[in-house]
Amino acid sequence: MASQVSQEVAPREKRELTQAEERTEAGKFFSPYTDIHETERAVIVTMEMPGVGKDAIEIQLEKGVLTVKGTIDSAKYESVQPLYTEYNVGNFVRTFTVSPKVDAASISATVADGVLTVELPKAKEALPRRIAIS
Amino acid sequence: MVIRVRDPFATLLGLQRAMESVMGSDWFGTRTSGSGAFPLLNVFTEGDDFVVEAELPGVKKEDLDVQVRGDLLRIQGKKTVSYDENASIHRRERAAGQFDRTVTLPDEIDSAKVKAEFRDGVLKLRLPRAESAKPRTVTIN
Repeated sequence: MASQVSQEVAPREKRELTQAEERTEAGKFFSPYTDIHETERAVIVTMEMPGVGKDAIEIQLEKGVLTVKGTIDSAKYESVQPLYTEYNVGNFVRTFTVSPKVDAASISATVADGVLTVELPKAKEALPRRIAIS
Repeated sequence: MVIRVRDPFATLLGLQRAMESVMGSDWFGTRTSGSGAFPLLNVFTEGDDFVVEAELPGVKKEDLDVQVRGDLLRIQGKKTVSYDENASIHRRERAAGQFDRTVTLPDEIDSAKVKAEFRDGVLKLRLPRAESAKPRTVTIN
């Protein structure tokens, strides 16, 4: 049985990134809404990146920092004229500090319906161990 | 073992939110629930067509229902976020629940020619104007 998370949908503004580092790329950057949960075997990071295709996602792990970046194809907005707009469209970027107990070699990721799931499996020594009493 | 701390304000906030959504839905009014509702919409024009986009990450295609009648567009569905029961949650920012939004477009829509596409969590609707709503050039004799 999977437990349902109840946090009602409501219109909310996307969080635009205030410049922590200067970017040379054009366009806006947003911080994706993220859930992090932990199971016995792995830490799972789920990010909402609407409009970002599978090939437009970059995941990098360097010096214990996981960087996820999703790029939006803004070319499809060139032929249309805005009439009424409620949200802005832009790239997504977010960084996480990863525990050293994560097995960096076997990190995997999947994307479905604009939701990216990154699975960070725990290293062997970090897995819970059941000790038998002799 | 899952320990989930219940926010004492959550119940109260939930009630407040329910009240606000009734107020915001304009159920008793003459307007449609055009503003202050989920999902947020962007409306564009491309030639004679309207293009409506909404970001619905994590919503399944089967859970989406789009209806067009006259100049009204209704988008309803549900979004679910679920995790393994034994998981402990570190951070929770994603929202889930039911939504239903109706918007009035500036012109009548040819409902037979509406095209909908749902890709990467973005719903894109192409709504051609009805023939009767298109401007016609009148020749002067």
